[in-house]
Amino acid sequence: MNWRGIWAIYNFEMGRTWRTIGQSIASPVISTVLYFIVFGAAIGSRIQAINDIPYGAFIVPGLVMLTILGQSISNASFGIYFPRFTGTIYEILSAPLSYVEIIIGYVGAAASKSVLIGVIVLITAAFFVPMRIMHPFWMLFFLVMTSITFSLMGFIIGIWADGFEKLQLIPLLIVTPLTFLGGSFYSINMLPEFWRGVSMLNPVVYLVSGFRWSFYEHGDVSLATSVMMITAFTTISIAIIAWMFRTGYRLRK
Amino acid sequence: MPDFMPDPAVNANAITISALYKTYDNGFKALAGIDLEIKRGEIFALLGPNGAGKTTLINAVCGIVQPSSGHIRVCGYDNAVQYRAARSAIGLVPQELTTDAFESVWNTVSFSRGLFGKPKNPATIEKILKDLSLWDKKDEQIRKLSGGMKRRVMIAKALSHEPQVLFLDEPTAGVDVELRKSMWAQVRALRETGVTVILTTHYIEEAEEMADRIGVINKGQLVLTEEKNALMQKMGKRQMVFTLRDAIQAIPPALSAYGLALAENGAKLIYTYNTHQASHDVSDMMDVLKANNIRPKEIDSRSSSLEEIFIELVGA
Repeated sequence: MNWRGIWAIYNFEMGRTWRTIGQSIASPVISTVLYFIVFGAAIGSRIQAINDIPYGAFIVPGLVMLTILGQSISNASFGIYFPRFTGTIYEILSAPLSYVEIIIGYVGAAASKSVLIGVIVLITAAFFVPMRIMHPFWMLFFLVMTSITFSLMGFIIGIWADGFEKLQLIPLLIVTPLTFLGGSFYSINMLPEFWRGVSMLNPVVYLVSGFRWSFYEHGDVSLATSVMMITAFTTISIAIIAWMFRTGYRLRK
Repeated sequence: MPDFMPDPAVNANAITISALYKTYDNGFKALAGIDLEIKRGEIFALLGPNGAGKTTLINAVCGIVQPSSGHIRVCGYDNAVQYRAARSAIGLVPQELTTDAFESVWNTVSFSRGLFGKPKNPATIEKILKDLSLWDKKDEQIRKLSGGMKRRVMIAKALSHEPQVLFLDEPTAGVDVELRKSMWAQVRALRETGVTVILTTHYIEEAEEMADRIGVINKGQLVLTEEKNALMQKMGKRQMVFTLRDAIQAIPPALSAYGLALAENGAKLIYTYNTHQASHDVSDMMDVLKANNIRPKEIDSRSSSLEEIFIELVGA
């Protein structure tokens, strides 16, 4: 393994984060605060507790998920798309790096940033609502796995995209709706039966549910189902990337 | 670290390319059977018109383009199978000025060294930056540098991991004369340290000035590879243009052996000959001219440049 090469990419990408510290960290924190003011303090007080969890506290795991899904995808997709766009990718491709090493560098950095932001959002939330984390291990497990998986997906989008619009397309048209409809702000069990069934097709439901379970021991689906699903998503993402790299898809002409 | 097998290729060529083909997805045949050997320590210039396949050839060697078929060895290592060892040996300065605008010069050059798996070595980077007169700019963001400096940053990046083979794809495009001269000096200095240099260029005088050997590529095929001096000898022509005191209508039969031509309505007489065929003697010819009462007022002498040879070769 070319560890120094991986480290160089990882470091470069993290450097981008520190350089743009304002938009990297301030903007998710600000939007989380806004969510808490609106849904937690203003509206939340009029919404009854869900499964005995006050609404403000109920939405914390969903908000963290909402943030890290978006951050993972946009960071990882931008991280690989930008060098393709400017042409600096030549150096990565001509370096003695395997595809696995390239992925570890880029996806590792994007996922690290997401985990970091997730933790910051959690700390911010703690100022607004009483919070407890009953299963810190599982909480971290879901945080890290989701960050990695969606960074992998972001990486795929960054290789597939051939313009800046496409870079926004999937997050905007697919990921945001799935996240909002994935039980970030409500419990799937509150839905009429038909829509509950439809929701089960939404992968984000399993992530939010598992994550929320690690906080309050209460989820829409069982922990085992959530663990199984996140593992499946990771595997699928890795399989797609493996195919892309084996065929040189859009990287090596 | 490179997981190459110990291939005792000490005496191997810097580059060995055999039967290399590349057809792009859109059907464009960029390379149509390239065989090429480049010896260690050479400066090799690759010449060819736009779209001839120069950059595709370089990118195939560097691992950026996947060849359709054929084999490439770099310092003895197969660039598909032993890609780590092969790519470690190469430094590439691409044609386009592509840099990370917001990085500092020092960071971007250190980044390149890391990518190639080399341990940090500030002394080496310092030397590279000083040699390229970039030292006082080391903390500047790249976007604040001039075009010529960006070009030098790219050279510094390519040299950061101390490659044995350096590819320069149009290194002096858009670079002023002074900087071009200093780059040439640097390339020669690199060769002194044993680095093999392969450059493509549009400035044929550059190839003429720099190269030990020249390859001409056209439509994806190597038209010729030749020692520069041999090429100049073989194909180089000289011309003498006699401006006549009185114009003549026709060349007298006595002069037919010299292959003369008339120009400007007989006001000029052009004598074309090969530099290294001493079969004709100008003083003999002058005697014949005088005998026929043809009197030159002025004589211009010129030799054909590599550029003219090149145009003749690619039929441009």
